[in-house]
Amino acid sequence: MAQTVFAPWENADEKPLIQFKNVTKRFGDFVAIDNLTQDIYAREFFALLGPSGCGKTTMMRMLAGFETPTEGQILIAGQDMAGVPPNKRAVNMMFQSYALFPHLTVADNIAFGLKREGKAGAELDARVEEMLRLTRLTKFAKRKPHQISGGQRQRVALARALAKAPKLLLLDEPLGALDKKLRQDTQFELMDIQEKTGTTFVIVTHDQEEAMTVASRVAVMDEGQIIQVATPADIYERPNSVYVADFIGDVNILHGHASRNADGYDIAYGEGKPALHAKTTTNLGESGKCALAIRPEKISITAQKPAKVTNAIKGKIIDIAYLGNLSTYHVEIEGGQMIKAQTANTTRLERRSFTWEDTVWLSWTDTAAIVLEG
Amino acid sequence: MRRFTLIAVPYLWLLVLFLVPFAIVFKISLSDTALAIPPYAPTLDLSSGWAGLRSFFAELDLENFWFLTTDDLYWKAYLSSLQIAALSTVFTLLVGYPIAYAMAQAEDAWRPTLMMLVILPFWTSFLIRVYSWIGILSNEGFLNQFLIWSGLISEPLIILNTNTAVYIGIVYTYLPFMILPIYAALEKLDSSLLEAAEDLGCSRLTAFWLVTIPLSKQGIIAGCFLVFIPALGEFVIPSLLGGSQTLMIGKVLFEEFFSNRDWPVASAVAVILLLILIIPIVLFQRNEQKQREAEGQ
Ligand SMILES: Nc1ncnc2c1ncn2[C@@H]1O[C@H](COP(=O)(O)OP(=O)(O)OP(=O)(O)O)[C@@H](O)[C@H]1O
Ligand SMILES: [Mg+2]
Repeated sequence: MAQTVFAPWENADEKPLIQFKNVTKRFGDFVAIDNLTQDIYAREFFALLGPSGCGKTTMMRMLAGFETPTEGQILIAGQDMAGVPPNKRAVNMMFQSYALFPHLTVADNIAFGLKREGKAGAELDARVEEMLRLTRLTKFAKRKPHQISGGQRQRVALARALAKAPKLLLLDEPLGALDKKLRQDTQFELMDIQEKTGTTFVIVTHDQEEAMTVASRVAVMDEGQIIQVATPADIYERPNSVYVADFIGDVNILHGHASRNADGYDIAYGEGKPALHAKTTTNLGESGKCALAIRPEKISITAQKPAKVTNAIKGKIIDIAYLGNLSTYHVEIEGGQMIKAQTANTTRLERRSFTWEDTVWLSWTDTAAIVLEG
Repeated sequence: MRRFTLIAVPYLWLLVLFLVPFAIVFKISLSDTALAIPPYAPTLDLSSGWAGLRSFFAELDLENFWFLTTDDLYWKAYLSSLQIAALSTVFTLLVGYPIAYAMAQAEDAWRPTLMMLVILPFWTSFLIRVYSWIGILSNEGFLNQFLIWSGLISEPLIILNTNTAVYIGIVYTYLPFMILPIYAALEKLDSSLLEAAEDLGCSRLTAFWLVTIPLSKQGIIAGCFLVFIPALGEFVIPSLLGGSQTLMIGKVLFEEFFSNRDWPVASAVAVILLLILIIPIVLFQRNEQKQREAEGQ
């Protein structure tokens, strides 16, 4: 591996910037964060992904100091954060609800934190100006929050959090209200800022593509627990559970019974059907119950059964979703399960080779599918 | 048509309940006292036609207003009223804001009860409530008894029939008018704004000063006007709790009207009082409008 790869979590000597140590947070008897232990390293772009209500905001709020863990410890730069108030933490948070000050103009909102640290005059103006330019809000500097659009408000919130250039920035769904183009631009701005300033980002997002683009590592959460933490590529290619595979991207899951065979498993997924084979280093338990996860784009779709391919299943096209650059075929296989297969639209729409009701063969290699417990 | 009716209703209201009475009072203020019923002249007699109308208007003059400037009692009373009203507004704010703040911080389940407690005094007559303060503040009153019993003082404090008693009375009476609009403003305040302020480096106290206070400004202004405007013309409180040296224009007006039976001078006093009040009332309206606009978003 090249030396430039940024992977402090693989280096045992590296000191984490943030440490969650067996943190549990309860609201009444509701468990929002469930015995969570996680390290986040300096200069990381750490993305939290998970369904609504899984505890992402709660994690952020504990880092920022608005909630105290019911149990466990949070350390930032080695220091226990218990009892340290939010204004004494070198952390800034962008709120999911923006929390803009309605009585202040856009510029004054951005200047708010800077003034608290004693900046004034030309220095202050320059910094505010820079933030306005970065978030493309220069035109709206004099307006009040209620006089601008939702996306503009989101950018003000972002600018306000960025302005102080803190060591650690917490962004709770920072780009959700922006259109795709602006979102992508802002993502690159954020990555740029991160590269220039070395700020550590923890970012909550509902957009996997965003997590994939910006993150050094992605944490997939469910019900107050982190299910898997890995680089975007690993999360996608090597999910550790059906939950993660299903949560990130599109996936087909075939449930079946696995038996050891050579370098992997043979999976029987239905009565009287030929077994599928998948190479893997995973060791399934005794029961042999397993789930095979296959990404739609890894499945090829052909009219004839391809020769010399490990896994092939016959099916009928039920639906075709045209996505512009891609088409997704919904193919019903014997037994009624629906399998999604994706192909790039390299030819024009009229010259598509398959249509509704066609009988086709779905095939994939022995390394395409992931064997998971299930 | 519908639009017209909608506009007509408030204007009609204003006309019947404000402009017409004002016109009557204003007319009396231009008249002269007379030993008659009603005790002023001229009165409008429409039976004598045009000539009667002309002589009626000829008899009206600004004499009473002129009279108000000749005796320093009047302008001193206006000034002293302004001072008492302004000071008691400040006191009411100082007492009312913490109460409103505490109410807004209280748990949801408690709020209706607290609100009820604030409004509850309105269920008893205002006059009785002011009277009962005499029982509390007088030399042998509850307050002095308590203070002497607890050994804090040996001689009773003289509070009743002083301006202090008037301030206490006004603050007590108008406190709900201060609390309610401030509470309404504070209740709407989004607590994440305070968190954002703290996150950006404010201590709790600075966050209060930079966020809570400005965002409850409209409520503070509304409350101050709601206290200041009626306090300026207050009559019952200074006459029951105040002393002979307590000079307030409401008391002067009452004496001109009932003791001297000088309706025209009393009316002139009232007209001037109204003119003084128009300034804060207009400012108050402006504040309300600004608030509506801000909320309209
Ligand atoms: N103050 C609170 N009192 C009680 N329950 C709370 C409180 N704050 C959060 N919760 C609960 O904790 C859980 C996690 O909330 P959190 O806000 O962290 O979710 P989230 O992952 O950020 O969701 P979303 O993606 O919808 O923003 C939710 O079920 C929520 O109802
Ligand atoms: Mg959230």
